[in-house]
Amino acid sequence: MSGSLLSEAKPLLELICPAGSLPALKAAVDQGADGVYLGLKDNTNARNFAGLNFDAKALAEGIRYAQTRGRKVLMALNTYPQPQTLQRWHAAVDTAAELGVNAIILADPGLMAYARKVHPELRLHLSVQGSATSYEAIAFYRERFAIQRAVLPRVLSLAQVENVIRNTPVEIELFGFGGLCVMVEGRCLLSSYACGDSPNTFGACSPGHAVRWQQTPEGMETRLNGILIDRYADHEKAGYPTLCKGRFAVQGETYYALEEPTSLNSMAMLPEMLKMGIAAIKIEGRQRSPAYVAQVTQVWRAAIDAVKRNAEAFQIQPNWTAQLTKVSEGSMHTLGAYNRPWK
Amino acid sequence: MEMKLTLGPLLYYWSREDTLAFYAEAVDWPVDVVYLGETVCSRRHLLRLPDWLEVAARLRDAGKTVVLSTQTLIESESDLKALRKIVSTTEFAVEANEFGAVRLCAEAGVPFVAGPALNVYSPDTLALLGEAGAMRWLPPVEMPHAMLQAMTVPQGMATELFAYGRLPLAFSARCFTARHYNLQKDDCQFRCIEHPDGLDLKTREGEAFLTLNGIQTQSARIYTLAHRMAEAHDLGVTHLRLSPQARHMGRVVAVFDALRQETLAPMAAATQLQKWIPGEPCDGYWLGRPGLDYAPGESLI
Repeated sequence: MSGSLLSEAKPLLELICPAGSLPALKAAVDQGADGVYLGLKDNTNARNFAGLNFDAKALAEGIRYAQTRGRKVLMALNTYPQPQTLQRWHAAVDTAAELGVNAIILADPGLMAYARKVHPELRLHLSVQGSATSYEAIAFYRERFAIQRAVLPRVLSLAQVENVIRNTPVEIELFGFGGLCVMVEGRCLLSSYACGDSPNTFGACSPGHAVRWQQTPEGMETRLNGILIDRYADHEKAGYPTLCKGRFAVQGETYYALEEPTSLNSMAMLPEMLKMGIAAIKIEGRQRSPAYVAQVTQVWRAAIDAVKRNAEAFQIQPNWTAQLTKVSEGSMHTLGAYNRPWK
Repeated sequence: MEMKLTLGPLLYYWSREDTLAFYAEAVDWPVDVVYLGETVCSRRHLLRLPDWLEVAARLRDAGKTVVLSTQTLIESESDLKALRKIVSTTEFAVEANEFGAVRLCAEAGVPFVAGPALNVYSPDTLALLGEAGAMRWLPPVEMPHAMLQAMTVPQGMATELFAYGRLPLAFSARCFTARHYNLQKDDCQFRCIEHPDGLDLKTREGEAFLTLNGIQTQSARIYTLAHRMAEAHDLGVTHLRLSPQARHMGRVVAVFDALRQETLAPMAAATQLQKWIPGEPCDGYWLGRPGLDYAPGESLI
C-alpha cells in the first residue's frame, strides 16, 4: 500500500495568538498558544503601529523561544507590495525564510509567487487581507502557490464556513476573539479616503498621527484628519476614533451607522467549529499589551482543551467570561457574522 | 486624445423601469464600453442575468462593447452559481471582482477585466493576472498617479482608471441601509431602492462624509479626474470609467467626450461638471493625498 494514502493528520483548533512584541510572544507561549503570529517593524504587515512589532534580533529570539517549546511562529506579511518599494517585501520574505519561521501569512499573489520561487520549502498561509470568502478563490491561491491554510474574512456564517471546508483541502483558520472589523478585510479604503493611509498599503487603519482628541463645551470630540468621528457626553467613555465605529447622522438620526464598538467572541461555537474541522482559531490583538495576550490566551487554552476533551459537555465557564469581558474593547461581546440574527 | 470611455457597473438598486430606461439612453451616449450586472448585493433581483443579456445585446447592436461584471463579495453557494453562469455565457468578456472569478475565467479561457477590488498594487501580481487571461485592469481606486507611473503593465494589457463617480470604498457582510431602517438583512424590504444615489452619511457637525449603498460604503464626494485626463493619458491609461448616477449621466459623459475630443479645456470641464455632479468633487487619491481632498490646481505634469 502506498504511503500517500496515509495523509498527515490535519491540525484541529490550534490556538494562534497575537504577538506585537517579544514579551507578548513569551506570554502567549507560556499560556499555551500553539502558535503566535507577528510582523516586522514596517508597513509589510497590517499592524504597522509605532512601538510595535519585531526587528530581526527580536524575531530570532522569539522564534527560538517558541520553537524550543514546540510552538509555531507565523509571520504576517499581509499588506500589498507596491512597485516603488517591492524590494522591502521580498527582503521580508527572505528574512522569514532565513530565520526559520513556520509559515508566512500573505495577501498578495505576486508576493506568493516570489516566496514559492525563491523559498519553495516555506509554508504559505493566505491572510484574511486577501479577502477570499469562497472555495473558488481559495483554489486560485492553492493551485498557483500551494497555500496550505487560509484565514477567512469575518463575514461568513458558520454554515457558509462549513461549505468552504467541504470544498477545499486547504486548512481553514477563523478569527475567534478580539476587535471586529465590520468591513471585509482587504476591502476597506475608508481610512485612506479620510486620512491618506490605508490598511492595504500602509498597514494601519485610522492611524494615530491623524487622531485628535479635543475637550469642547459639547463634549469630548475625536477627530481623524479633522473629520469629526464622534463626540462624547461627560458620562460616556470616549473611544479611539476608528472610522467605522463613530456616530454619524443619516437622514437626521445620529447613531452608530456602521458598527457599534463591540468585540468578537465566538467561544460558544467551539463545539461546532471542532466538528466541522476548523484547523485554527486566531485571536486578534497584536496592538494589545502582553498582559492582555496572557489573559486571553489562558482562557482560550482552557476552552479549547475542554471542547477537545468532551465537545458534548462543553460549557463556557463563568470565570472565563468574566476574564474576557474585563479586557474587551467596549466590554460587549458578539458572535459576529458566524451567527447572523440579521441574515 | 485617444481615450475610451466606459460606463461602469450600476452600483445602486433602481427600479426595473429606471434601469432599463437608463441603458436605453446609454445606447446614444458616446461611451465605448458598458459594464453590466449586479456587483454589490446578491439580494437585488429586479434584473436577472437573462435581462442583463437582453440589455447587453441592444448595446452591442449599437456598437458598444459589453462586459459582464461579477459580484464583489461571494458568500454562498448560490453566489457561486450565479458567478459560474456569467463566466459560461461566453458571448461577452467578464469583469472579475474577486479571485474566485479570476480562477473561473482563467479555467474557461474567458478574457477578463481585472476589477478595481482585486487589490493589484504590485507589478508581479499584474503579470500573474495577465498570464491568467486579463486583457485590461483597473488599479485600486486609492492608487496615486506616482504609483501607477511606477507600475510595469504587461504588453498588450490595457489600463482603465476609475475616473468619475462616488468612490466604492468598502464592502461588508452587513447591510447599512437595512441597519438604518432597523431591518434584518434578509428582510431588508429592498429599501435601497428608495435611494437611487445612496444614503448620505454626515458627521455630527453636518459634513457630508460617506454614502451608504447596502453592503457597500462609498465616498460622499464625487471623484473626478475630468481635469486630469491628460495626466492619465500620459501614463498610458487607455480607458476611463464613469460610474453611473441617477440623474444627468448623459451630461457627464458629454463633458468627458468633449475633453477627449479636446473641444473643452480641462478647467472649463471641471466647471461644467459642477452643474451635473450630485455632490462636492474630490481628486485626492490621484495626488497621493487623502481621497476626499480636492486640489484641481495642483498639476502633476
